[in-house]
Amino acid sequence: MGRYFRELSVAGALAVLLLVLAVMAPAFFEPQPLLSRLTREAPTLIVACGMALVIISRQIDISVGSLYGVCGVCAGLLAAAGWPLWALVPLSISLGGLLGAVNGALVAGLRLPSIVVTLATMVIAREGLRWQRQGAFVNLPDGLQWFGLSQRAGQFTLIGLALAILAALAWAMKNLSAGRFIHATGSDAEAARLAGIRPQFTTFAVFVFMGALTGLAALLNLVQSPQVDPKSGAGLELKAIAAAVVGGVAVSGGRGNLWGVFAGVLLLSCINPALTYLHVEAYWEKAIQGAIILLAVIADGIRTRRQTR
Amino acid sequence: MAALLQLTRVTKSFGAVRALKGVSFALEAGEVHALLGENGAGKSTLIKVITGAHQPDGGQLEIGGKSVAHLTPAKARALGIACIYQQPALFPDLSVAENIALRLEKTSPAHRVRWAPRHARARELLHRIGAEIDPAAEVRALSMPEQQLVEIACALGAGARIVIMDEPTASLTQKEQHLLFAVVRELRASGTGVIYISHRLEEIFALADRVTVLRDGESVGTNRVDEINEASLIKMMVGREVSSIYPPAQSAPGEIVLSLKNLGCHASGVHGITLDVRAGEIVGLAGLVGAGRTELARVLFALTPPDAGTISLRGQRVRISSPQSAVAHGLAYVPEDRRRHGVILEMPIAANMTMAIHDALFPGAWLRLGAERSLSLDFIRDLAIKTAGPYAPGSSLSGGNQQKVALARWLATKPRVLILDEPTQGVDVGAKAEIHKIIRALARDGLAVLMISSDLPEILGMSDRIAVMRGGAIASVFEGKADAHEVMAAALGQSAGKEAA
Repeated sequence: MGRYFRELSVAGALAVLLLVLAVMAPAFFEPQPLLSRLTREAPTLIVACGMALVIISRQIDISVGSLYGVCGVCAGLLAAAGWPLWALVPLSISLGGLLGAVNGALVAGLRLPSIVVTLATMVIAREGLRWQRQGAFVNLPDGLQWFGLSQRAGQFTLIGLALAILAALAWAMKNLSAGRFIHATGSDAEAARLAGIRPQFTTFAVFVFMGALTGLAALLNLVQSPQVDPKSGAGLELKAIAAAVVGGVAVSGGRGNLWGVFAGVLLLSCINPALTYLHVEAYWEKAIQGAIILLAVIADGIRTRRQTR
Repeated sequence: MAALLQLTRVTKSFGAVRALKGVSFALEAGEVHALLGENGAGKSTLIKVITGAHQPDGGQLEIGGKSVAHLTPAKARALGIACIYQQPALFPDLSVAENIALRLEKTSPAHRVRWAPRHARARELLHRIGAEIDPAAEVRALSMPEQQLVEIACALGAGARIVIMDEPTASLTQKEQHLLFAVVRELRASGTGVIYISHRLEEIFALADRVTVLRDGESVGTNRVDEINEASLIKMMVGREVSSIYPPAQSAPGEIVLSLKNLGCHASGVHGITLDVRAGEIVGLAGLVGAGRTELARVLFALTPPDAGTISLRGQRVRISSPQSAVAHGLAYVPEDRRRHGVILEMPIAANMTMAIHDALFPGAWLRLGAERSLSLDFIRDLAIKTAGPYAPGSSLSGGNQQKVALARWLATKPRVLILDEPTQGVDVGAKAEIHKIIRALARDGLAVLMISSDLPEILGMSDRIAVMRGGAIASVFEGKADAHEVMAAALGQSAGKEAA
């Protein structure tokens, strides 16, 4: 089987689903609702890309949902205080990077298991936010939504930005030394160390990057509505992990491709509307998502078992 | 009287490797029978056959006079065979009594634990071997010898009549050894047969009744220890001619490239290393497993940085603080466990080869895939690597070719000093000869080579000089060609050369 069999099979599944929809429910492809759905997935795609890097380096970050909320609320408060958008972009990204650095320092510096560290930071950030906001939304000033453009132009800008980041990251993973280092660290950190790579630094950098992408994604979410919901990031970590795993990123580290993650994000995001259009009860969405994730993990399990034999 | 355990011409192969070519061995009740042999002679395989972990391919295995066909670990235990490994295999978070009970009690998950009998039994067993250990103590808190005593208590409680001890004294102090010896003697007095494996000849003479020597998977002979001396034992262990398949050295070695003075690292147990390696020279680093050879390589490469002594490269004293600085100083280390550490199996060959030279080959941190491809094609050609191409994953290669990829990764750094750790372990004969030729050619081109090997013929055939390590220090250095007896004697600590440290 080819090297990209796993990624291609996800793309194939997506194509089949779209084909079924095209035949059974052509309304799915009406431009305006489709554009809106894709726009809503833009932040998810960016976080899923970061998550893919984290998982390839054989770590996990379940704090992204909370960090996303923190970044979104902070950026919203600053915007409400009159800060311009161009200043919010670097600030939100830096704040995310800083919070990611906390995770990274604990995981790489103190060699703590990332699932415990990010579980703790997830709870701290989430509860901190709840204490600060008491559940209240942040009202944003006029002119911020859709970057002050028309809705349509804003939506295209958002999707374009997310795709540009995806393409840049996919290129970087293949063409930058950093990509190799991430793969090597995830395959075997000790082997990487023996090859003169600094696996701990690589891990730290990946967490910082994950945080920075989360900060950016929070901003791309912020410009979509006139308010910021402090709970907007709830469940985002699961969505991102699921998209990465479905897209062929191996949970055991070392393997994964961002185009596969892209297919994973699209596939998972299509399920809910597909059910609606196919007149299936929407309760089934989570169950079907779960089944797809399970299928992906089983496929990877069979694959690795075959390799080790 | 029938022997407790009788093996007759037992054979065992793993693929093409014949680990046991015909071993005969008998253990009587009430004797301590030592098993001796150099690394790879087949001792561990033999133990695994006796404990049922491996099925022999041929030969006969009799336990208590009855022939046993399909021995499994559970069956072996039921027949009274117990094995005590160098590293006790106890659960550190459970108490001594719980550990003993886990081995001895066979209960259903819903069975209610009766603590008083459990503790009483543990206390009784420990008392029988004269160990003063509280059954309620957590195993984590016990010292190494105390843990071994718990293992012995388990063996005793299981009614073991055949006890195998695999280098039990490796991590014990002198005093603790004597304690252990007393327990072994007690076991013998009670009619148990003990198979005792050790590299320390003095222990064998102090403790054992008989000794069997293994060499290259065959039993060479069994003798009573009072009828044999150390010299003849060493001769039995080595006893073969070094074949002349090794490529000859040609030029005279050049200047000193790597010079170590009193180098030590407390954490890894390496101390007082003084050694020079010249350009164009292969220095073989011999010694038994655990003598500190890999540890020394890891100290040199700053994986465990040194805390004593000095390293000089071409006469310049250098400080190597990290693997990165080791590479920058022209050191290369091809590690031992190639499947795990030498190549990254998921990654393509080309990516594996450039792994250590990203800074040099890809300045600015973006990859030049063309340069990488041509570099890997050059190495595939020069080292005659059999592969589908530069983008085949490392996992698709055979052991010998993986080793060549690992070698290529480090040759790409254009090193001045090449440290090889077991370069041909698990490699088939043909690839082995090829790798030897490559190593010799590299030395001829002026590389200083430090080669760690447990393969005595390889050490003798390849090395221009041989340094023998023992207990974390260099025991002897042999200039020019040495003979196998001298090297083995030095590795075992039967001083034949000059003693350092």
